[in-house]
Amino acid sequence: MNISGRFWTWFWLAVIGLPLVVFVVWANLTNPRQFVSTLLNGVTLAALYFLVASGFTLVFGLMRNVNLAHGSLFLLGAYIGWVVGDATDNWFLAIAAGFASAALVGFLLQVSVFRFMQGQELRQTMVTIGISIVLADLMLWCFGGEIYSFDPPRAIFQTMPMVVVGKYPAYRLVVLGIAIAVGLVLWLFLNRTKVGMMIRAGVDDRQMLAASGVNVQRVFAITFAIGAGLAGLAGVIGGTALSISPGEDTRYLMASLVVVIVGGMGSIPGAAVGALLIGLAEQFGLSYAPTYGVVFTFLIMVLVLAFRPTGILGRRST
Amino acid sequence: MSAAQWRRAMNSGAGRTAWSRPPSLPARPGPAGSAIATGTAASPVQSIVGALRTIGVRHVAVLLVVLVYPWVATPFFIYQIGGQALVLGLIALSLTFLGGYGGMVSLAQMSIAGLAGYMVAIFGIAGEAQGGASSLGWPWWIAVPIGVAIATLFATFVGWLSVRTEGIYTIMITLAIGVSFYYLAQQNYSIFGGHQGFNQVHAPVVLDIDFSKPIPYYYLALFWALAGYFFVKYLLRAPFGVALQGTRENPRRMNALGFDVTAHRVAAYAVAGVLAAIGGVLLTWYNGRISPGSVGVGAMLNILIIAVLGGMRHPLGAFIGAILFVLVQNFAIDVIARERFNLVIGIVFLSIVLFSPDGLLGLWGYVRTRILAGGVQPKIRGWGVGSTRREPARMRNGGTAADR
Amino acid sequence: MRATRAGLLGSALGAALFAVAIAGSASAQETIKIGALSNLEGPFAVPGVDGHRGVELAVKQHNGMAGGKKIEIIKYSSDATPDKAVAATRKAVEQDKVNIMIGPLSGDEGIAVKNYSKSHPEMVFVNGSSGAQATTLQDPSPNFYRFNTEGAQWMVGLGDVALAKGYKKMFLIAEDYGFPYSQVQGFMASYCAKGGRVVKKAWVPLGTKDYSSVIAGIPPDVDALVVVLGGSDAVNFLNQAEQAGVDKPFIGGSITVDQTVLNYKGKKRESLLGTASAGPMADGIDTPAWKKFVADYKAAFPQGFPSPSLFAYLYYINTQAVLLGLDAVKGDLSDNQSKLKAALAKLEFDGPAGHIKLDENRNAIGDTYITEVAKAPDGGFYNKVTKVVNDVSQTLGLPKAEFTKMGLGSRDVPNCP
Repeated sequence: MNISGRFWTWFWLAVIGLPLVVFVVWANLTNPRQFVSTLLNGVTLAALYFLVASGFTLVFGLMRNVNLAHGSLFLLGAYIGWVVGDATDNWFLAIAAGFASAALVGFLLQVSVFRFMQGQELRQTMVTIGISIVLADLMLWCFGGEIYSFDPPRAIFQTMPMVVVGKYPAYRLVVLGIAIAVGLVLWLFLNRTKVGMMIRAGVDDRQMLAASGVNVQRVFAITFAIGAGLAGLAGVIGGTALSISPGEDTRYLMASLVVVIVGGMGSIPGAAVGALLIGLAEQFGLSYAPTYGVVFTFLIMVLVLAFRPTGILGRRST
Repeated sequence: MSAAQWRRAMNSGAGRTAWSRPPSLPARPGPAGSAIATGTAASPVQSIVGALRTIGVRHVAVLLVVLVYPWVATPFFIYQIGGQALVLGLIALSLTFLGGYGGMVSLAQMSIAGLAGYMVAIFGIAGEAQGGASSLGWPWWIAVPIGVAIATLFATFVGWLSVRTEGIYTIMITLAIGVSFYYLAQQNYSIFGGHQGFNQVHAPVVLDIDFSKPIPYYYLALFWALAGYFFVKYLLRAPFGVALQGTRENPRRMNALGFDVTAHRVAAYAVAGVLAAIGGVLLTWYNGRISPGSVGVGAMLNILIIAVLGGMRHPLGAFIGAILFVLVQNFAIDVIARERFNLVIGIVFLSIVLFSPDGLLGLWGYVRTRILAGGVQPKIRGWGVGSTRREPARMRNGGTAADR
Repeated sequence: MRATRAGLLGSALGAALFAVAIAGSASAQETIKIGALSNLEGPFAVPGVDGHRGVELAVKQHNGMAGGKKIEIIKYSSDATPDKAVAATRKAVEQDKVNIMIGPLSGDEGIAVKNYSKSHPEMVFVNGSSGAQATTLQDPSPNFYRFNTEGAQWMVGLGDVALAKGYKKMFLIAEDYGFPYSQVQGFMASYCAKGGRVVKKAWVPLGTKDYSSVIAGIPPDVDALVVVLGGSDAVNFLNQAEQAGVDKPFIGGSITVDQTVLNYKGKKRESLLGTASAGPMADGIDTPAWKKFVADYKAAFPQGFPSPSLFAYLYYINTQAVLLGLDAVKGDLSDNQSKLKAALAKLEFDGPAGHIKLDENRNAIGDTYITEVAKAPDGGFYNKVTKVVNDVSQTLGLPKAEFTKMGLGSRDVPNCP
């Protein structure tokens, strides 16, 4: 890198970094409790966003399919998980049911609809929009507009003591733990299994993957099922933290969109980075600048896309 | 250079374009006077003369229908169906121009339209807004040009931000810009009037004609819709439009030929911005108000739905999509159980996208060639079960982009 | 080729439109058509259905007749955006030619429909459930009638209750738009005047789900929280507050501890018991009129809510007012419905939740009920009535000059930090 390039990197780092440092110091001096609390909230919210966005980025990375029905799959997993959890009184079964039902629907969608539209990105996007409209209304019909709330074991759903802040909801830390666990499992799956290897190869070069004799359609179906299943899993977990009702699908869809674009489409670590950035921005915005804080997350997305179009950790693939 | 990079460079243009066929690069000779057939870009006079020669009975018939329509329809149909369809069609036309011909599908068209509407409300005459926002009360012939100018500037800015992205990324970044604008308008009370927006933004009374009444409004909307339509058609045959379609097909080659691809794209955003801004002012006059709800995600997606429904292969598609959309929106509730008509809209949209990627125009084209032309079945892209190995680069005309 | 294809399709569509457009709709002479606009889509989809039920119940109780003529109700839907509400109203008025219009549901829609009503002075528009102050206080329309009280009126008297409970310093959390502004104004009008202090206001943008950072900013020295959130936002907030260890009591807005929140599908929170709130009605009203209303609702709509919701009640009294007005003029809609307009302006009647009459802006003066969350014998939660404030008008109990000086509720009006 020449001198000029390095200069600009340091320049931008200073322009963004210095005010941040000043802010952190000021916040800690004036009200440390609020700062630490917001920090924790941001990280735990980021964990939830990562859960939701991981499936989205997986599907896009491999199949270049922007699945705008991802939010609807989230909600579907949450509702079905609720029904199962209510019937069996077991929260863990609810999680499993949420994952399984969404994975099944995702698998069916890929095999019956998206398989025939390979390569037509815009058309796939439009179809997912249509599917999300239809699914949203069907769920409104079936489940009504009431608010559904989950009933996890008391042990993880209570207040616990925390440094500086005093009391902190235990469940948020549980979500953080689950997100880390899911991230690790995904990493292991992608990097240490044969199917994972095929998926990574397909993200890099789909034609070569097909040329080397792999049944690409099967890999696609598995990937879509996993991506959708992750959405359903996130639905139950997110629904426990924040209840579910109609309209949650668009909310979480927008969140995963922003996270994935900022972090880089097709990259799981990118989804983690993006989620962290967006979660922190959202919580700090809400805590310190509530009026316009809500615009922050989208502005970050616009800036990232304008100056680094593939996202922070993304890379162009063929 | 790796094999992947080489392949990408050779096929880049065709690989990431929207899935409508380039309408003005036909495999067979076009009508006389077309820029492509003669191999050179036509001068304005030549293209007008050429266009006049292509006018057939059908065009005159359609023109007569839209001109005579208000004299036979009820006020409701003139205003809520006709007027609204024309205005929504105009905004969707800007998207068809950008997406179908420029290869950049932008979801921010409704935001640009909304910004123009807000500016007209702020600079012009509007009712009292809550929380401190006030209108300057300037006459419409100052407020409207200012509104259109500001919105066009915003559109250029959006273009500048989005020009480095392609395909799906453009959709995402324009969606993000649109949502940012929505939240800004909702949260800001001092300029944008917050959640309630501006009420009582009415079309002016000019020369004793009240343009907020159904028939004058319809003709106003019709005038601008026709102006937009013919402008787009002219522009597409002008050097700028031809170059724009070239940048959609293969930007690398256009660059090599000496065209400034970035400048063409940003200019395309600006042109689309003018169309959307005019549509936005008309839409604000139609509703008599503007608020964040008018520029929310739902409204942005509606424009995309309209453009896709009609088909992005021809400017008329925007208006056809708008007519269908407005009809379904207004009458679906009479046809199906009142609570479930959102389902109807979703299913209609889904069916059209699944079975006819080029929207209604594509469907019509298929019907015409398959059934009316007697069974000759052209290989129309997007139909039926395709091989998964069919790559975008190969899909266009049966050859690769390198063969052209 | 392409142009002709497009042209042919265009002319075919045009011809089809012609045919449909020319067909008009004729209305029978002995039927009065009433359009009922509610929300069947969007965020208020489910309460919106209950709004239509309120209309149906009123018509049913009148045996489908009023003023000697048959009543026909046509349902319309909107999605809480004002544009859609106006479009639906325009369709009702100009295409389906209804005689009277009832609706809409939400505050912003109400302002838009009120403005539309000015362009049709020949017919009567009656409110559905919209509760924005500005509808009748700013630029009222001479033919728009609201027989329900609005958001600010619903909170009058709650300030005194808060002070009586010893809450001298409070922290406010509410959504950042018009309806909560009115509610907060209604609460603070008497609370501030009598010495209470709202030390900090947290206006959260619409659509916020995660309140943890707002909760983190609650000053430790406040006595209680004023929470004006609705629906699922209220559920989320209450859950998160409990988990974050917030042990301060709440005062709730009119839709913060209502039926939908108390009856959400999940574990009930014991910490809700005792929360004070206020509104134009409550499930626990003890009068025979209210009990009859509930019984009729349950009999007519077995698939409805266990008890009529706020929206059912509001649409019900507005419809009842229309029907009573029609009875008074014996169904005479001639001369641009002038007799009906005069009758409605003077109309006073006893609804299920108290006496209703109109002020000079054609807005209702009615009763406000102060409630407290209590546990029913069967274990469910409901709102028990603790106090009734009679004849609340839009000036919120203040002298008119003082209220006009204060202005309509907004982020900073009123203020008493």
